[in-house]
Amino acid sequence: MFEIVSKEKLGPAVFRMDIAAPDIARKHQAGNFIMLRINEEGERIPLTVADKDAEKGTVTLVFQAVGKTSAELAELCEGDSLLDFVGPLGKPTHIEKFNGVVVCVGGGIGVAPVHPIACALKDIGNRVISIIGARSKELLIMEEEMKATSDELIVCTDDGSYGKQGFVTEALDEVIRREGKENVALVVAIGPVPMMRFCAKTTEPYGVHTEVSLNPIMVDATGMCGACRVTVGGETKFACVDGPEFDGHKVDFDELTKRLAMYKESEARAMKIYEEASHGGKRCWE
Amino acid sequence: MAPREKTPRQPMPEQEPKVRARNFDEVPLGYSHETAIKEAKRCLQCKKPKCRQGCPVEVLIPQFIGKIAEGDFAGAAKTLKEKNSLPAVCGRVCPQETQCEELCILGKKEEPVAIGRLERFAADWERNEGKVEIPELAPATGKKVAVIGAGPAGLTVAGDLIKMGHEVTIFEALHKPGGVLVYGIPEFRLPKAIVQAEVEYLKSMGVKIQVNAVIGKTRTLQELMEEDGFDAVFVGSGAGLPTFMGIDGENLNGVYSANEYLTRSNLMKAYLFPEYDTPVARGKRVATLGGGNVAMDSARTALRLGAEASICVYRRGREEMPARSEEIHHAEEEGVQLNLLTNPIRIIGDEMGRVSGMECIQMELGEPDDSGRRRPQPIKGSEFVLEVDTVVIAIGNSPNPLIPATTPAIETSKWGTIIADEETGKTTMEGVYAGGDVVTGAATVILAMGAGRKAATAIDEYLKGK
Ligand SMILES: Cc1cc2nc3c(=O)[nH]c(=O)nc-3n(C[C@H](O)[C@H](O)[C@H](O)COP(=O)(O)OP(=O)(O)OC[C@H]3O[C@@H](n4cnc5c(N)ncnc54)[C@H](O)[C@@H]3O)c2cc1C
Ligand SMILES: Cc1cc2nc3c(=O)[nH]c(=O)nc-3n(C[C@H](O)[C@H](O)[C@H](O)COP(=O)(O)OP(=O)(O)OC[C@H]3O[C@@H](n4cnc5c(N)ncnc54)[C@H](O)[C@@H]3O)c2cc1C
Ligand code: SF4
Ligand code: SF4
Ligand code: FES
Repeated sequence: MFEIVSKEKLGPAVFRMDIAAPDIARKHQAGNFIMLRINEEGERIPLTVADKDAEKGTVTLVFQAVGKTSAELAELCEGDSLLDFVGPLGKPTHIEKFNGVVVCVGGGIGVAPVHPIACALKDIGNRVISIIGARSKELLIMEEEMKATSDELIVCTDDGSYGKQGFVTEALDEVIRREGKENVALVVAIGPVPMMRFCAKTTEPYGVHTEVSLNPIMVDATGMCGACRVTVGGETKFACVDGPEFDGHKVDFDELTKRLAMYKESEARAMKIYEEASHGGKRCWE
Repeated sequence: MAPREKTPRQPMPEQEPKVRARNFDEVPLGYSHETAIKEAKRCLQCKKPKCRQGCPVEVLIPQFIGKIAEGDFAGAAKTLKEKNSLPAVCGRVCPQETQCEELCILGKKEEPVAIGRLERFAADWERNEGKVEIPELAPATGKKVAVIGAGPAGLTVAGDLIKMGHEVTIFEALHKPGGVLVYGIPEFRLPKAIVQAEVEYLKSMGVKIQVNAVIGKTRTLQELMEEDGFDAVFVGSGAGLPTFMGIDGENLNGVYSANEYLTRSNLMKAYLFPEYDTPVARGKRVATLGGGNVAMDSARTALRLGAEASICVYRRGREEMPARSEEIHHAEEEGVQLNLLTNPIRIIGDEMGRVSGMECIQMELGEPDDSGRRRPQPIKGSEFVLEVDTVVIAIGNSPNPLIPATTPAIETSKWGTIIADEETGKTTMEGVYAGGDVVTGAATVILAMGAGRKAATAIDEYLKGK
């Protein structure tokens, strides 16, 4: 059993949890994720490790309650335990000291997985410009943490309720033009699929290498089932072992979007039953 | 000698095909005491039993059958376990018709003794009566062995080594031990309670099992040996990497590897959705590609998930199907359609990215290839479209590269299998042994167990010399 050591609400339906998992905390590298299962009836779901504390033996998750499993997770409290917790999984992000600036872009909940990558890139001596965005002010997460690890932080909201008004892609375009495309060594973009797709579209004309972190549906996350198949550069890859990070200019985002909708009806049904059974149709954290 | 009274091979009572095709309960119901004794009495108790030569672990076949004939079921179970630590499993899943039963002398004139069914009977009797005895363990040696993978190979190694007095810890990547026995082979063919009982038995002997431990990720093999103090390691990580066809449309929604389809259904219990959280497509018309046990399990699972048509598409003929004959027979009885000498060319999707059909081509058997099997060749112009909404690809599995990739001292073949000595399981890395599907490529439960047994003996020798 894996104990929830602390829990915090970061925004509407967004939570942060520290889980006691010393083996994973010891081995984790930026870009890795874990699989968890809450209880015997539960589904295995992947979540990125947003931070770790090797001394305390804890790893930090930041997640959004979007369906049955994440909603059930959101309902757990400090002192509760998860039945299964496995990792660190996936290939870690390739970290090196580049000649040039690196730009880290996080959209919505994607700021959480971008954070450890920005830290690792910064620690090794890179100049890091970060761009984070959300639909509106109350959905913005981890601004302080991102500020601490970036040489420059640009904040955007779609509705202009905080920071610059507009999408992260507009800020990204400005940064590349300002710095000069030759001087931008790498862009890392993590967030909802459309946001990653448009970040890759933005950088493509400049020829700036862009890594995106894909989030297909997974089952085992050890390379055994192929549920996580994505097409990159015309080849099929298993995101859980070959990724989750890939060259954004080569990813077939259309296919990813369609594959993510595979269980839409089942997911809606599970969520409805869950809400009606436990909360009279309301979501637990509301 | 008095002439033997001729008794026909005793049939196994089974659930009705129509009924069972819609539930996940076990299909064969098992022998009663009387039937078992009757069948056991058919055995001639040969002095030089041919049957034993057909069994990869040389089960003491006439001896255990003799005990059943005498009504000594406990003795039968004990005799079985001298050579086979998972008889309840093997009695159910061994391809007996090409192993022990193929060589049974009775098979020459009439039908062979139902060795598998008797094996199952004795093992089930022992478990159901709660008569499973914990054997005496050798005095502790103070040596520690790590076993990677809790499939039949790993479970066997662990059981043998703990009896020899070594400390054993199994590391399993998934959340449940059992390997293919829990994630692959369906409940209706191998009830999970049986695997669970075997695992509990090992635990009661003192085997530690750590689930959720992906070796190569959570810990590496070197760390186990250098930091965690394991004196030897056995790798039994199986052949879990699914092969796809490489045809168009394979990433459409509704196309599964058999591993995914069966894992969702068995390990994650998707057939009980929404009581269990994991969903699986409940296709109306399901095509399964392949002709082995994995394909039969998938095609039969499709029926139980509510398919109106479950169609097995195989490029060779019926004779060439590698599945156990009982599985093919059961599948056909339940209504699985066999589309033989047929090969898929591409999978067709609708605008939502869902499977809507599969284009296939008819095949004919040509000249024999290197393996002596006649090579299937496409018949020009015979293309046709099969209307399906779900496709399950069951054309093979190879070893997962994770452990070799993170353990450079372990050498692999060009097929990705770990190179290991056939008699001992010794790999190219000092103190590391391997066996089962990770060495042979996808094979059988009994071969994986046999390899585990040999490796346990070799590891014991190695530890004595340390
Ligand atoms: C490598 C990886 C890392 C991830 N890291 C994080 C993270 O750090 N924080 C976080 O909040 N989420 C993360 N996700 C997404 C997270 O796994 C899903 O939100 C979760 O599985 C949804 O499960 P559910 O039962 O709550 O919702 P479901 O009912 O299963 O789904 C609800 C909705 O979410 C979408 N969805 C389902 N599965 C996924 C998925 N795997 N990815 C994205 N959307 C999905 C569906 O389209 C559906 O509309 C990650 C996914 C992957 C593959
Ligand atoms: C659907 C299906 C039906 C079958 N039907 C039959 C049948 O009827 N009769 C028959 O004889 N055989 C059958 N087989 C084949 C048989 O199941 C296998 O040959 C046998 O299970 C191999 O045993 P194993 O111990 O080598 O590996 P597996 O059973 O594959 O077990 C390997 C275990 O290692 C774990 N593992 C892998 N990598 C790691 C890692 N890095 N760290 C930790 N753990 C890891 C896996 O999760 C798994 O639990 C079938 C196979 C399938 C898939
Ligand atoms: S282990 Fe398998 S092959 Fe050996 S006797 Fe039993 S059923 Fe036959
Ligand atoms: S060969 Fe057949 S008849 Fe002879 S001992 Fe074996 S099972 Fe009995
Ligand atoms: S999730 Fe099963 S192979 Fe990636």
